[in-house]
Amino acid sequence: MAKRSAPEVNAGSMADIAFLLLIFFLVTTTIEVDSGIQSKLPPPIPEDTPPPPIKQKNIFQVVVNQDNRLLVENEDMEIKDLTNAAVEFLDNGGGEGRDACSYCQGDRDPASSDNPEKAVISLVNDRQATYNTYATVYNELVRAYTILRNRESSRRFNESYEDLYQRYKDWPETEKETPEYEKIESQVNEIKDLFPLKLSEAQPQER
Amino acid sequence: MSKFKKQKSGDLPAISTASLPDIVFMLLFFFMVATVMREDELKIENRLPNANQVEKLESKNKLVYIYIGKPSAQYQKTYGVTDVIQLGDKISTVQEVQTYVNTKRNDMPEDIQDQMMVSLKVDGSSKVGVLTDVKQELREAMALKINYTAKKGDPMRNLKK
Repeated sequence: MAKRSAPEVNAGSMADIAFLLLIFFLVTTTIEVDSGIQSKLPPPIPEDTPPPPIKQKNIFQVVVNQDNRLLVENEDMEIKDLTNAAVEFLDNGGGEGRDACSYCQGDRDPASSDNPEKAVISLVNDRQATYNTYATVYNELVRAYTILRNRESSRRFNESYEDLYQRYKDWPETEKETPEYEKIESQVNEIKDLFPLKLSEAQPQER
Repeated sequence: MSKFKKQKSGDLPAISTASLPDIVFMLLFFFMVATVMREDELKIENRLPNANQVEKLESKNKLVYIYIGKPSAQYQKTYGVTDVIQLGDKISTVQEVQTYVNTKRNDMPEDIQDQMMVSLKVDGSSKVGVLTDVKQELREAMALKINYTAKKGDPMRNLKK
């Protein structure tokens, strides 16, 4: 008599079980958005603090009205032109002496910003403006900074700022004591200091 | 003398489905790995805008979510049709933002409390007014690291109706 072997388990229903699970996960899955534009709020200030003295020419005024129209430096503007206008303003480098900007490549118009360190972009939005417009405008302004940082980073380190920053962010947690990491950290900070993100969001006007 | 007749050879042989479970399992594992479970059940509409200056968010345990948008259809009777704030699972008022953020912060391990980031998930078609109020509250609560959560994409697409 032949040796009896263990009866084989019928695996025919395996597919059904797997399908059931699959459909469950398909239905419950919502791919969560896990990216966004970083920003930092200013700390709360006491009521009676006078506003810091900033020369009018160092302020780049962007106003979004209730119809989602854009007013830049008291002129009507399309959103697609905003980044270029902001780049021109930040990169102007009109300062002299102590305020001179050695790495700026702008027109050095004395009526525009002294240097990127002093230049402030002020974003005022009406309460009735939509968030879509607000997000786009904000994105375009941040993009102006990124363009300039990329340029400076490529010139100094032969690598765009975005790549540099990505490498800095992705650095493995266990290797943060190495000189390579310190080098990349100092490079990122150097570029950040050249074009500090100074984006002020004023209180919106009440209507 | 078998009871059953032998099948006539010449018929097309049945396609073997033996590898079907493998295929399905493969799909299953893909979805299991790719799935990020939603933190909160949304009671509002939440279509995030597109942006191209996005960065990846901090890890989940450092994040606090605040949602802004119109209530979705089945909640419009209760909460109206204007923009509202959702904190966690429930729709709240602006005044509750500070308490909520502080509670969340206290629940975090102490060493990462100062790295807390507020993820603002704001519906694209909502008005900025509510967001401004929320930001004012966040300033008061000293929750200064914020993030306008947005999909990676062309920002100009936001403006098309």
